Amino acid sequence: MAKDTLDSLQAGERGRIVALTGTPELRRRLMEMGLIPGTLLRVVRFAPLGDPIDVEVRGYHLSLRKQEARQVLISNPQHPQE
Amino acid sequence: MSRGSREPTDDRLLIAHEKTQEQQEMPLSIAHPRPAGARSSSLIAVAGNPNCGKTTLFNALTGLRHKVGNYPGVTVEKREGAVAGDPALKLLDLPGTYSLSARSPDEQIAQDVLLGRLADTPRPDAVLIVVDAANLERNLYLASQVLELGIPAVIACNMMDLLEAAGHKLDIAGLSKRLHAPVIPTKGNRGEGVAELKAALRKVCAANLPQARQRAWTMSESIEREARDIAAAITASGFTEPQGAEGAALLLLSEGQVPPENHLPAAVRKSLTAALSRLQADPDMDISLEVTAGRYAWLGEVVDACLRRSTQRTHAFTDRLDGIFTHRIWGLLSFAAMMGLLFYSIFVLAVPLMNVIESGVQWTQTAIQTRMAAGPLRELLAEGIVPGVGNVIVFFPQICILFLFIGLLEDTGYMARAAFLMDRIMSRVGLHGKSFIPLLSSHACAIPGIMATRVIENPKDRLVTILVAPLMSCSARLPVYTVLIAACLPSAAWVKAVTLLAMYMLGITMALTMATVFKKTLLRGPTPAFIMELPPYRMPHLSAVLHVMWDRSKIFLTRAGTVILAITVLLWAGMHFPRSSERQARYETQRQQIRAATGSETGEQIDNLNKQEASEQLQNSYAGRFGRLLEPATRPLGYDWKIGIGLISSFAAREVFVSTMGIVYSVGDTEEDSAPLRERMREARWPDGRRIFTPLVAVGLMVFYVLACQCVSTIAIVRRETNGWRWPLFMFGYMTALAYTGALLVYQIGSALGLG
Repeated sequence: MAKDTLDSLQAGERGRIVALTGTPELRRRLMEMGLIPGTLLRVVRFAPLGDPIDVEVRGYHLSLRKQEARQVLISNPQHPQE
Repeated sequence: MSRGSREPTDDRLLIAHEKTQEQQEMPLSIAHPRPAGARSSSLIAVAGNPNCGKTTLFNALTGLRHKVGNYPGVTVEKREGAVAGDPALKLLDLPGTYSLSARSPDEQIAQDVLLGRLADTPRPDAVLIVVDAANLERNLYLASQVLELGIPAVIACNMMDLLEAAGHKLDIAGLSKRLHAPVIPTKGNRGEGVAELKAALRKVCAANLPQARQRAWTMSESIEREARDIAAAITASGFTEPQGAEGAALLLLSEGQVPPENHLPAAVRKSLTAALSRLQADPDMDISLEVTAGRYAWLGEVVDACLRRSTQRTHAFTDRLDGIFTHRIWGLLSFAAMMGLLFYSIFVLAVPLMNVIESGVQWTQTAIQTRMAAGPLRELLAEGIVPGVGNVIVFFPQICILFLFIGLLEDTGYMARAAFLMDRIMSRVGLHGKSFIPLLSSHACAIPGIMATRVIENPKDRLVTILVAPLMSCSARLPVYTVLIAACLPSAAWVKAVTLLAMYMLGITMALTMATVFKKTLLRGPTPAFIMELPPYRMPHLSAVLHVMWDRSKIFLTRAGTVILAITVLLWAGMHFPRSSERQARYETQRQQIRAATGSETGEQIDNLNKQEASEQLQNSYAGRFGRLLEPATRPLGYDWKIGIGLISSFAAREVFVSTMGIVYSVGDTEEDSAPLRERMREARWPDGRRIFTPLVAVGLMVFYVLACQCVSTIAIVRRETNGWRWPLFMFGYMTALAYTGALLVYQIGSALGLG
């Protein structure tokens, strides 16, 4: 299964978190907000200027910069069921 | 362990071991809460995620009667109030946090209060945890951390209306059983559930049973073992209730490092250090992951068991609105419209109110002039204090409108979208999306803008935002720009518009440039993470917003007003002393001559004579002498000593420049667009006959005003928000240097190019 990072997903695509990289600070922060390995998330859209990303996770919306999203390893990217 | 305590007869206090130096510095409040029977009131901390409606519930419970202050040493708001109808129940609103592990000052305070580590805040007797029913898992994360501290707790399951509207069903009783705490469903915005909440709080405080809650989730054995050891040390030292020892141990462990301050008993510190080194010796051990994942796994089960989801999306309305507000095109357009509305309200809607205040100030001035006996006191009041302080108070409506607007944007949830849209630009200069609104607000007045930087978590980024905020051309600069443009530049409308726009752009560009410079040098730090929730949209609570607006605006009046008052008096004294009886006699003689000649007491000649006297008085006053002393410095910029005085007096408040110009150019108290001042300025000449106020000088002067820090109130607020004089003085220094250099370059280069 290809391991992409969150910032490589297109708007509307889903994925499941595999692991978190980055500084301990960042990882802890993301995990406490609910981004744990195994969690499902969906990219809702990108901001008009291209960055940050609006991500839906555990029923709420989280805004992340692409740089931070790159620290979130995803598997199973799925395209929107349309 | 020897028994010794500060109050020998009170054996409910902690058992102190041999007091080391460290321990003697521990705050007294590390103690068990008093039994319910012994106390006259109960302190209830209110915890919850941001945007869970905690503030609304707090307001509903206290009936909007609360006190706002700051926790000592940090700029975190402290809100306290008693439950309406039940004064024995005192509520302490903690800052909204996603977790108790300390990262930002907000989270540190929440943790400190709940653990009783703040010297002047007793440990809470109970805690009210507010969770957003429409967002349970993440909200319960914080809730479970708080519950594990063993404090008697009540959970308010708020925003039930959103849940019900989407057709979901929540098993309250089941939730309560699994969490081992009473759960009260509430709809904070409708006031429903508040009575039941009060009853539950009363009951919990009266019973005062620290909940013995068995942690329902586990981690790997190595962490569990270390947690038990640390918990034992905590219990032995009395740092928390025995029931809360493990919860506190987990908090400490999951931070991955020993906290720097000396808030922990020595034995706990030792135990923690040892545990961490043992655990971290294993490269595969990820403490944070285990703790967080374990907790969320359990919470997932709890929510699955208690929540029956329907097929509808919970936040359909929010999703639809975001389709517009964060849309590639409509998002930016609506944002521009929103900002336009903000500016419109500040610059246009505020005007009638400002005029009322201005009339009031003028009325007061006249009243003093006519009703008081002549003398220095009357002069001080009528020409110094009243206009000086009045100048500041005039801006109060603008400040209020700004805070009201910001409050509404925050309450509805739009603020997060604004940060979301603008983050790309902000991150280019090393700042944060949340810096945008403070910087934008500073175009009205830097003071609320600077106060609004509290939402920025990272202290360095907050500081950089504060340092560059005054570069945004505030409304006080407008009278200066207006006068100079009208007096010195060609009268074509497009010239005026372009010049004005150029000044604003200069401010913005310099601000962004300096932000980049600061982030690369002094306040070097990584571009901050932008992890921000986009909360659901909500109808704003007008009464609460107004209340917050008033709380924040009041600070503007009191703090800024006192400093301005002091400086105004000083400036006035500088401009009116020393007196010269010789001069007074000389002018009186001349006045008598005119009276004899014209037969009247007043008249244009007498007026002009008075103004001439005032001007001469000014020239020889301390301020005037200082201005002339500075002339060598101001000459290269193209200014004479009179403009020099204008510049100096402006350092209290920029608009003072206009009134000072009026005085020095021998015109009486003047409005910004009064013809005589314009003409006088145009006619002012150097001894050799050249005009002083050429277009080049005017532009250079405006550049000076764009870049200089000429506002005592701003310095006062920066001192308050940064807890010291270092940064306000630095800000003053760098901006003065920028202003001088900028004006110098404009004038010198312009003259060399023959433009002057």
